[in-house]
Amino acid sequence: MTDTQVLITALTVFVLAIFIGYEVITKVPPTLHTPLMSGSNAISGIVIVGALLVAGQAEGITGQILGAIAVGLAMINVVGGFMVTDRMLKMFKRSGDK
Amino acid sequence: MDTTALFSIDATNVGYIIAAILFIVGLKRLGSPATARSGNRLSALAMLVAVLVTVLGNDLMSWEWIIGGLIVGSIIGAFSAKKIAMTNMPQLVAVFNGFGGAASAVVAAAELIRLIDDGGGIAENISITIMASVIVGGVTLTGSFVAYGKLQGIISTRPLLLPIRNVINVALLIGMIASTVWLVIDPSLTPFLVAAGIALALGILVVIPIGGADMPVVIALLNSYSGIAGAATGFVLGNNVLIIAGSLVGASGLILTRIMTKAMNRSLANVMLGGFGVEDGTAAGGEEETRPIRSIQPDDAAMMLAYATSVIFVPGYGLAVAQAQHQVRELADLLKDKGISVRYAIHPVAGRMPGHMNVLLAEANVPYDELKDLDEINGEFSRTDVAVVIGANDVTNPSARTDTTSPIYGMPILNVDQAQAVIMMKRGMSAGFAGVQNELFFLDKTMMLFGDAKDSVEKITSEIKDL
Repeated sequence: MTDTQVLITALTVFVLAIFIGYEVITKVPPTLHTPLMSGSNAISGIVIVGALLVAGQAEGITGQILGAIAVGLAMINVVGGFMVTDRMLKMFKRSGDK
Repeated sequence: MDTTALFSIDATNVGYIIAAILFIVGLKRLGSPATARSGNRLSALAMLVAVLVTVLGNDLMSWEWIIGGLIVGSIIGAFSAKKIAMTNMPQLVAVFNGFGGAASAVVAAAELIRLIDDGGGIAENISITIMASVIVGGVTLTGSFVAYGKLQGIISTRPLLLPIRNVINVALLIGMIASTVWLVIDPSLTPFLVAAGIALALGILVVIPIGGADMPVVIALLNSYSGIAGAATGFVLGNNVLIIAGSLVGASGLILTRIMTKAMNRSLANVMLGGFGVEDGTAAGGEEETRPIRSIQPDDAAMMLAYATSVIFVPGYGLAVAQAQHQVRELADLLKDKGISVRYAIHPVAGRMPGHMNVLLAEANVPYDELKDLDEINGEFSRTDVAVVIGANDVTNPSARTDTTSPIYGMPILNVDQAQAVIMMKRGMSAGFAGVQNELFFLDKTMMLFGDAKDSVEKITSEIKDL
């Protein structure tokens, strides 16, 4: 594939994902907007995938260190984001659930 | 990265598709509090799948560094998730946004170094996406930390307006475009570092002029940026799961930004230009208020509540500042035991981030089905005996509906003034953030109960018990 084709494919995925995101997230009720934000913090930790790739494929020490820093930063988001979201969602109870 | 990676059908890409589906289903389950927790777990599972697929499907070297990063990151993440107080959630989200942006920028840097070392030249679109990644990531990093500083009170929450800030911002934007062109022509580290420096400076400059009360909008927007930075990194690496997950977060942040600006009656441009509320003090103190108000004591309030059939609590951030959530819930339980209908009216800007008040009340064991948003509750006030406003102000001001000269005209408000009677708990007569006097205070049906909210609510509860 040419570079242009790759770019177009990536753009297609990007645009479609934005639309899906819009449709799905407008249905999240206001009461869950804070967990939504912390949960999306966790999801933006997906950059861990990129961090692992660059860390694992780096040849020089600079690349390895940068990769490890990126892995660490992304991991804070992943672990912290999912855990704090779970902690919040655990508190949401219906009347009579107690 | 191999440019054909996008289209090759192999176990790795199938794994990424599964992860993407799990992320979307996970977010969909956030549509209701009943399914939200399982949704969050599905998203976590999606992340695990994406990580495992990446580790197993690629020939990764230098494990000691990776494992070090994984361990340190996990410990910091877990520790902050466990320790953070719910009132400080906006700060945590701000910091996490910053780390997400930083991770994207660092990945872009590492990838650029690898490509330069390979010596095979860099495709134009890769250069551009590397720059997008570092610029969005860099702005997110410093912008988030300034937002954190303002929320935490380390940096002055007053809007700080530099005299020639627009000139500086335009110069920085031009610098970004120039350094991107530079990197395309000459693939080296220098233009990248220039762009990184500009992005870091811009992040500070765009958030510093924004007032403390506008931080909910800012963190929602930076939330979106952290996702977009991730998606940009996906373009750099030709990785679909990064693009998809990043876009989902980007869309989420944008939607929340729009909801918040609408609820504050502002445009995004107006928030970003900053300076709102600079004249707070003068606007509020300019004219002496002479109109009469009715002031009551906790025992009067107890009477009103005990003989009501329906009550709506209207909490604002003042409630959280007074740490009165548990006391309010106790009072509500007592009223419910007497057969009184109790609900909570939550304005979108009641807390310091979208949905913040709901979390604070959930923490105090208030059932979520009693928490009603603006659209659900506004028709109900006219059928309600007593509305109890605790630590909220501007969002209850009826002049937002009628007074075209008011700065809050057009802002969606809770129709508290339509209740049969209103108890307004407040420390004093000061105006709200918008600097305008609340017309609600001067209605015949409004009773002002001055004092600390926690203290007042406790007194009301014990009075009702003694009745």
